[in-house]
Amino acid sequence: MSFQPVKFYQTGTFTVGNRLLAAEERSVQANMRRTNSINSGHRACQGCGEALGARYAIDAAMEATGKRLIAANATGCLEVFSTPYPETSWQVPWIHSLFGNTAAVATGIAAAMRVKGRSDIRVVAQGGDGGTTDIGFGCLSGMFERNDDVLYLCYDNGAYMNTGVQRSSATPAAARTATTMAVGEPPGNVFGQGKDLPAIAMAHGIPYVATATVAELRDLEAKVRRAMEFRGARYLHIFVPCPLGWGHAAHDTIRIARLAKETGVFPVFEAERGEVVSVSKIRRQLPVEEYLRPQKRFAHLFGKAPRADLIARIQEIADRNIRRYGLVDG
Amino acid sequence: MRKPFAITLDPGSSLANHTGTWRTSRPVYVDRLPPCNHACPAGENIQGWLYHAESGDYEAAWRLLTQDNPLPAVMGRVCYHPCETSCNRAHLDAAVGINSVERFLGDEAIRHGWRLTAPAPASGKRVLVVGAGPSGLSAAYHLARLGHAVSIHEAGPVAGGMMRFGIPKYRLPREVLEAEVRRIVGLGVELRLNAKVSDIRETMRAGAFDAAFLAVGAHIAKRAYIPAGSAAKILDALSVLRSMEGADKPLLGRRVVVYGGGNTAIDVARTAKRLGAEEAIIVYRRTREKMPAHDFEVEEALQEGVLIRWLSTIRQAAASSITVEKMVLDADGSPQPTGEFETLAADSVVLALGQDVDLSLIDGVPGLEVKDGVVRVGPDMMTGSAGIFAGGDMVPAERTVTVAVGHGKKAARHIDAWLRGARYAPPPRHEPATFERLNPWYYADAPKTVRPVLDVVRRQSTFDEVVNGLDETNALYEARRCLSCGNCFECDNCYGVCPDNAVIKLGPGKRFQFNYDYCKGCGICVAECPCGAIKMIPEEI
Ligand SMILES: Cc1ncc(C[n+]2csc(CCOP(=O)(O)OP(=O)(O)O)c2C)c(N)n1
Ligand code: SF4
Ligand SMILES: [Mg+2]
Repeated sequence: MSFQPVKFYQTGTFTVGNRLLAAEERSVQANMRRTNSINSGHRACQGCGEALGARYAIDAAMEATGKRLIAANATGCLEVFSTPYPETSWQVPWIHSLFGNTAAVATGIAAAMRVKGRSDIRVVAQGGDGGTTDIGFGCLSGMFERNDDVLYLCYDNGAYMNTGVQRSSATPAAARTATTMAVGEPPGNVFGQGKDLPAIAMAHGIPYVATATVAELRDLEAKVRRAMEFRGARYLHIFVPCPLGWGHAAHDTIRIARLAKETGVFPVFEAERGEVVSVSKIRRQLPVEEYLRPQKRFAHLFGKAPRADLIARIQEIADRNIRRYGLVDG
Repeated sequence: MRKPFAITLDPGSSLANHTGTWRTSRPVYVDRLPPCNHACPAGENIQGWLYHAESGDYEAAWRLLTQDNPLPAVMGRVCYHPCETSCNRAHLDAAVGINSVERFLGDEAIRHGWRLTAPAPASGKRVLVVGAGPSGLSAAYHLARLGHAVSIHEAGPVAGGMMRFGIPKYRLPREVLEAEVRRIVGLGVELRLNAKVSDIRETMRAGAFDAAFLAVGAHIAKRAYIPAGSAAKILDALSVLRSMEGADKPLLGRRVVVYGGGNTAIDVARTAKRLGAEEAIIVYRRTREKMPAHDFEVEEALQEGVLIRWLSTIRQAAASSITVEKMVLDADGSPQPTGEFETLAADSVVLALGQDVDLSLIDGVPGLEVKDGVVRVGPDMMTGSAGIFAGGDMVPAERTVTVAVGHGKKAARHIDAWLRGARYAPPPRHEPATFERLNPWYYADAPKTVRPVLDVVRRQSTFDEVVNGLDETNALYEARRCLSCGNCFECDNCYGVCPDNAVIKLGPGKRFQFNYDYCKGCGICVAECPCGAIKMIPEEI
């Protein structure tokens, strides 16, 4: 019997690069000639997860399309920190829209390209969780329904960060924001509300829906590449920690994203035409406390009067994700 | 220039905005000292040579290794690898099999006939090395590479010292030792055999040597007083092991008792088994935990059928039996007699109670100080007599081949400096790369490749090597298990994870640089560096 010899690399494929890998197996971010879509000098906070996630995604999209790409951008931190008019960090064709209409703007760009016979030029729309799940939701659902040829990238930092951390429909239960203070019962954001946008996108039956985090670069890049193999509406939901809004150390951005995945708080998967086709398994499972504790937005669950009951409810949410997506083997 | 309402910037790239000014602390690249390198008595740059081996460049790995140690094939067989004991990978799964990779490199070098780097231009100085054991050979090698004319005077008929006369063949095949010695001699080192130095000052004067390195080893077996009948056969471990090198193998009989608890005791007992003894019993005063022999060797001996009687001393020996007394450990852990005796059948008793140094060659040298049977040396390995250095088993230290090799290297550097009228100052040590400095998330799971061990029955009766080597795939796999503690291995993590693109990738082999114009000092690169090669330092304001 013949078998496939197992390749072993010093660090597997978890690191950004690996000198022992063949060039074609290396990540886009490891390449000295990556686009650097968002250039240095942008005004994002120290350790911004959104700046990182957007560069990862757009650099990968540039690579996948042979640099034939136009990006539409909703108002939000990403737009504000990258383009204090008329200065810009973007090194890709980029257009600013309003807070709520970026899906519609992208649809228009795609239509224009079709009319001009330039369907080789691909279009992405990008926005924060507020712009996506709340105010821009109507435009986005329409874009899905019409199956417009756009990849929509949602950078989920769980609140309206740009205007001072107000709750969005992607804010997790129990999190403190400016509009869900750590008072009352339960303190912080309510349980049982909010929108699961990847699931809603899947319900539209569009060609491709996936989730990713800034802690898994190779997975994120593979998903952008896969998304670009489809025509029609595609949705990629990227989990991007926010040191300022979440109250964690700036150097912990990637660690927090990793913990969200390893605890099951944020399920990482891929779906085609409404069906889950692959999941990124949990490698070393951890209880949700590990994820919650380093973030000040959850500080009221710990401290002098710890809320084991609320932590248990968050654990239930994570366990449900784990069951639903099969994040743990066995 | 007049700008429109509410506009303060000029059109252009954000590169105009130097966000580096936000920073209160800055990341800097560092090299930290990996625990393996720190633990290596020969001062090898283990992490460094594993790095080359990982990419399959075994010759480059071997070249870096031999900058510190000329005997990798020997080391890969006889070293007790303190590097592995301290390896950070043990916190993840199991330590990297450093010793087996070293052996693989050593064997590759012999197989391919790789040659050592040619010496520096001749210095015109002459150095005498007394003794061709591990320490003497190591010193000779390093001195020759520094351009000095070296002559080794060896009392025995062949080179190798304890590697030849103290370590059995099943642990170190002689072809391997000879190949590595030949390579050192090939550098132009003179090797004089059967040339015992009886008066160091006389030999130095006669040969016009500018300095000397003494490494005569410890070859005189310690004896213990055991009342014995005239028919009792009492031998010492060293002469048993030494006679294994000659044509006539020692006659030990069917039941052999070995007295002692060190590695030599184990070596002799295992040798007796191979010579056909039905019983080889080690009698030792204390318990297994207190035994100075290395545990893995005790384990291998037990597997081969060697028996051990713990907490026993030999009180008397007769022609075919011995009397042992049982001992108990007192509160301080010292063995105390119990008055309980027992008789064991024994055709011979081999004493393995340690060795003394033959110091006759330094008799009467002024300034040279001897204490507890060994020669005192300074931190520069120089004895009290200027220009005479010493190392290996004849100075106070742990007596292992690797420590001896380390002494040889250290002494060579100080001798070289001394010959130039200077002092050798070792480069400052890097701070340690402890496990807490690493981000182990990035390392894939990979258990250690265990070296194949000769089938027990075969090794009981032959002197074939007990532990076999790794093949190429295994060795590569093993090398790649290294975490590269404290030293950048160009995984591109810092380059990838910086939200501000403030890391400049300089290209393969050139590592990275920070662009402090834009680095905001978030520290993600530090947190996500797998191997702990970046640190944060406060910004001077
Ligand atoms: C119609 C409209 N309402 C409100 C705003 C103010 N506003 C700008 S960005 C933003 C919040 C953005 O939140 P999100 O989309 O989650 O992006 P983030 O800043 O968190 O990345 C708000 C409320 C606006 N620009 N337009
Ligand atoms: S992992 Fe590599 S560098 Fe670290 S201690 Fe082990 S062998 Fe040395
Ligand atoms: Mg947001």
